Amino acid sequence: MSEFVSRHNGSNAQDVQAMLNKIDAPSLDALIAQTVPAAIRLQQPLHLADGMSEHELLTHLRGIAAKNQLYKSYIGLGYYGTVLPAVIQRNVLENPGWYTAYTPYQAEIAQGRLEALLNFQTMVTDLTGMDIANASLLDEATAAAEAMTMLHGLRSRDDVAAGKNSFFVSHECFPQTIELLKTRARPLGIELVIGDFKTVTLNDQLYGALLQYPTADGSVHDYADFVARAKANNMTIAVAADILSLVLLTPPGEWGADVVFGSAQRFGVPMGYGGPHAAFFACRDAHKRSMPGRIIGVSLDADGNPALRMALQTREQHIRREKATSNICTAQALLAIMASMYAVYHGAQGLRAIARRVHQRTAALAAALQGLGYSVAQGVFFDTIKLLHTDNVKVHALAAAARINFRYAADGVGIALDETTSLADLNAILALFAAKAGKPAPRLSAEQVAAQPLRFRERQSAILTHPVFNAYHTETEMMRYIKRLENKDLSLTHSMISLGSCTMKLNAASEMLALTWPEFADLHPLVPQEQAAGYAELIEGLNAALCEITGFAQMSFQPNSGASGEYAGLLVIQAYHRSRGEAQRNVVLIPSSAHGTNPASAAMCGMDIVVVKCDARGNIDVDDLRAKAEQYRDTLSCLMVTYPSTHGVYEESIKDITAIIHACGGQVYMDGANMNAQVGLTNPATIGADVCHLNLHKTFAIPHGGGGPGAGPIGVAAHLAPFLPAHPLVKVGGAQGIHAVSAAPYGSALILLISYAYIKMMGGRGLTEATKMAILNANYIKESLKDHYATLYSGANGRCAHEMILDCREWKKAGVEVADIAKRLMDFGFHAPTTSFPVVDTLMVEPTESESKAELDRFCEAMIAIRGEIEQVITGQVDKQDNVLKHAPHTAQRVCANAWSRPYTREQAAYPLPWVRDNKFWPAVARVDNVYGDKHLVCTCPPVASYA
Amino acid sequence: MSNPTDLKYTASHEWVKLETDGSVTVGITQHAQELLGDMVFVEAPEVGRKMQAGEECAVVESVKAAADVYAPIAGEVTAANGQLGDAPEQINSDPYGAWIFKMKPDNSADLGKLMDAAAYQAHVDSEAH
Repeated sequence: MSEFVSRHNGSNAQDVQAMLNKIDAPSLDALIAQTVPAAIRLQQPLHLADGMSEHELLTHLRGIAAKNQLYKSYIGLGYYGTVLPAVIQRNVLENPGWYTAYTPYQAEIAQGRLEALLNFQTMVTDLTGMDIANASLLDEATAAAEAMTMLHGLRSRDDVAAGKNSFFVSHECFPQTIELLKTRARPLGIELVIGDFKTVTLNDQLYGALLQYPTADGSVHDYADFVARAKANNMTIAVAADILSLVLLTPPGEWGADVVFGSAQRFGVPMGYGGPHAAFFACRDAHKRSMPGRIIGVSLDADGNPALRMALQTREQHIRREKATSNICTAQALLAIMASMYAVYHGAQGLRAIARRVHQRTAALAAALQGLGYSVAQGVFFDTIKLLHTDNVKVHALAAAARINFRYAADGVGIALDETTSLADLNAILALFAAKAGKPAPRLSAEQVAAQPLRFRERQSAILTHPVFNAYHTETEMMRYIKRLENKDLSLTHSMISLGSCTMKLNAASEMLALTWPEFADLHPLVPQEQAAGYAELIEGLNAALCEITGFAQMSFQPNSGASGEYAGLLVIQAYHRSRGEAQRNVVLIPSSAHGTNPASAAMCGMDIVVVKCDARGNIDVDDLRAKAEQYRDTLSCLMVTYPSTHGVYEESIKDITAIIHACGGQVYMDGANMNAQVGLTNPATIGADVCHLNLHKTFAIPHGGGGPGAGPIGVAAHLAPFLPAHPLVKVGGAQGIHAVSAAPYGSALILLISYAYIKMMGGRGLTEATKMAILNANYIKESLKDHYATLYSGANGRCAHEMILDCREWKKAGVEVADIAKRLMDFGFHAPTTSFPVVDTLMVEPTESESKAELDRFCEAMIAIRGEIEQVITGQVDKQDNVLKHAPHTAQRVCANAWSRPYTREQAAYPLPWVRDNKFWPAVARVDNVYGDKHLVCTCPPVASYA
Repeated sequence: MSNPTDLKYTASHEWVKLETDGSVTVGITQHAQELLGDMVFVEAPEVGRKMQAGEECAVVESVKAAADVYAPIAGEVTAANGQLGDAPEQINSDPYGAWIFKMKPDNSADLGKLMDAAAYQAHVDSEAH
């Protein structure tokens, strides 16, 4: 095995032996045999080459990078060149302190990224002119679909009763946006009316409308008349807006929009051949409870200090299940943070200067092209124009020779500029079109460009007035601001994050290095495919490896998250049934132990959900499953199942379960959240699944980014491959592919590099070894804690899979909640395991293969110490409320205060075990008051006075 | 806190009080508020809405859960408790005082189909197992 395997896996041979001794297993292979049912074990090792060293990988990747051709791209359509400030690149994007953090559910140790995300919301609220914004969605096109469904949900009861079910979409929207709307409208029975906003007849079936601002071709329309007509027709309005243009244009919030969304990509986030980027989404205050996605809110901590947290979580799918407003969970936190930092660094003045420069260059270019006799379609534009009646073949030939990409439309050539477009670039474009016209090339001067007036009335409302956007404009100040926030957050740079079902494994530096290489980072997703040969090789290589790992025939990399993968997988199953004349198959069976996203995704597909019971051991109740499968034999679409189960067990009956479903004409969707317990030992095809998603951000080493990006590609068996998602602009997917599920053809292509690098360096044997180590580590924790915490479910031989559920329910009677344990762990420097999922009042612990025995021991010592503190509450030795658990976590401010009236020592509060002194992590705030925050919702940066 | 004996109850944990004018008042039970925890938001049905028994008509939200409130019997909404908008915590402190909406039953005999306090308690106990 490659040297990298020993860098990735946490323990050496000696430690492995010690752990095996502890759990009383004769060998690692014997443990696996006791844990994974023989019936589902792979008969052959993974047919993947042995791993490369880190150095070999980088050489290999340089070879791939060289196959991507970097032309100047003026394609636009939602993707633009941008300058990522180096201070943000180095201190955020390339900094594991930011990218290895988890979603900020444990708010006390996440105040840094919560502040950065609150800045994002404030920025979006300002720029859109709306009341409230969320902390990002997956991409602009899915945000459009979220807007359409949110407005659908906001229809009055009368409108619902009257069957108001049509949604108008301006044909000037981005084509990939329109495509996504088609995908998402169909299962919900929403009728799309795609047309010209100027001429459309607004009938009484229309509930809402979507406009693009500026349009795909670049026009900045005055929508006032349309909005007035639509409002008179009792419609709601969604607007897709370009974030940089909003710096100068009158924002949609000031002309009647109910929802404004778009992509924040061009605020310093590389195009990356399609993603990941953060979409923004803002709405009116009255509709905040219907807004999809994560929202950061301001609350107070136990000491009365301001503290941030995720607000209104009850809207989310993990609580609302099939009634959730959306299935979105993973957002694009890291990218939203980068975009917010871009705004913090530039401030209002800086952004205005950038936007003005881009616009003036566009204006100068348009004027010069008109001077050459070209016809510009746009009267009013921001940064994009279209030349009408050009000879596209001729332009294309000249552009190819000059290594320039334009957008070629049926009626002309589109040119979209961005902040990277220089004066020299403008003159190169002009030279090209002059040559085509057979005229001498004009040369624009900097003065000519700067003299261009704005081609529209500049917005009058102020933006980014909050001090945070006006204080950090030097690199020194910016570097320190980023570091100050980073220091408030616990990430994998501090300690193990044992979140069950989340697989917080190592995100190796060598896997991340190529992300900022220009050949990968700066490629527009719609460049001609011959310019992306390196990406094609990378994607095909990853496809082949993941097919080998899953046992499937083909992958689609389009879904940008696990939830998006679920949605895509279910649509593929629906398309398959339809193709066989069985469109009536629409019942989905979902075990009661399933993650809430499963029913939420099924509901979005318009499926009928039937819940299957679990037995006392946490396994699917096979009798109940059989009865329901047979009851719905004629209408059964599929089963959604997680394997190993969400209870951390390899269910022995899985093959029976999948056989029952197939016998009743159904398909099996496997939720790949727990794939880290399968790789190399078993696979989805072997257990009988037909389709699964893989959370590349769990099993395949993409970092969690503090709440995204994710990547949720789906793999399918051969009979489903024809239905894999297509794309309107790039040929991908199956011959009868479903409509696109993401804006970009390959989803977040850039981060596929990470998983590719991980698999290349681990090799088949290393990947299998990692799975075994993950199982060993989990069983070691289970054994180490067994006298202190009961594990709720185990397999037939008393072993858990790669994670286990620790039962904390009994202590509730004594007043000790699972949240108390979670918060107390912070005092020891640990992030809590998953709390209350899938069983309320329990902890689900997943150590992953990357943690060392020493780290596991420290975690167990902390857990055991906390168990002792719980015992003191139970026996009445300490007060039920005034104790070290209830007051956890303890801030430095509190522990260092002159006054100390607690019935325990400061030392017990802050240094409960000797080794805590070596690496003390201080929570930035005391326990956050969730109730206060949800009752007094504030989702923008509060005035500074409130911090006083 | 025991469940008042002058009220009727549903399996979905609403309490129902028959007023002297023939209208009924609806809220959620002590047991329900205990399960949900600290309330942060209440969405009451609009006045004038006609509902079937068992129809989802209101939402109560705590920090950890959101639950639908169902129409206990068929009828028309005649009033909604506006005070809960600013003070949803009243449901926690006084569940049998903090009513959510009032309705005019289509048929007051429908009340007979609901549980009395003892039957409801038995229902709660059975759900605990």
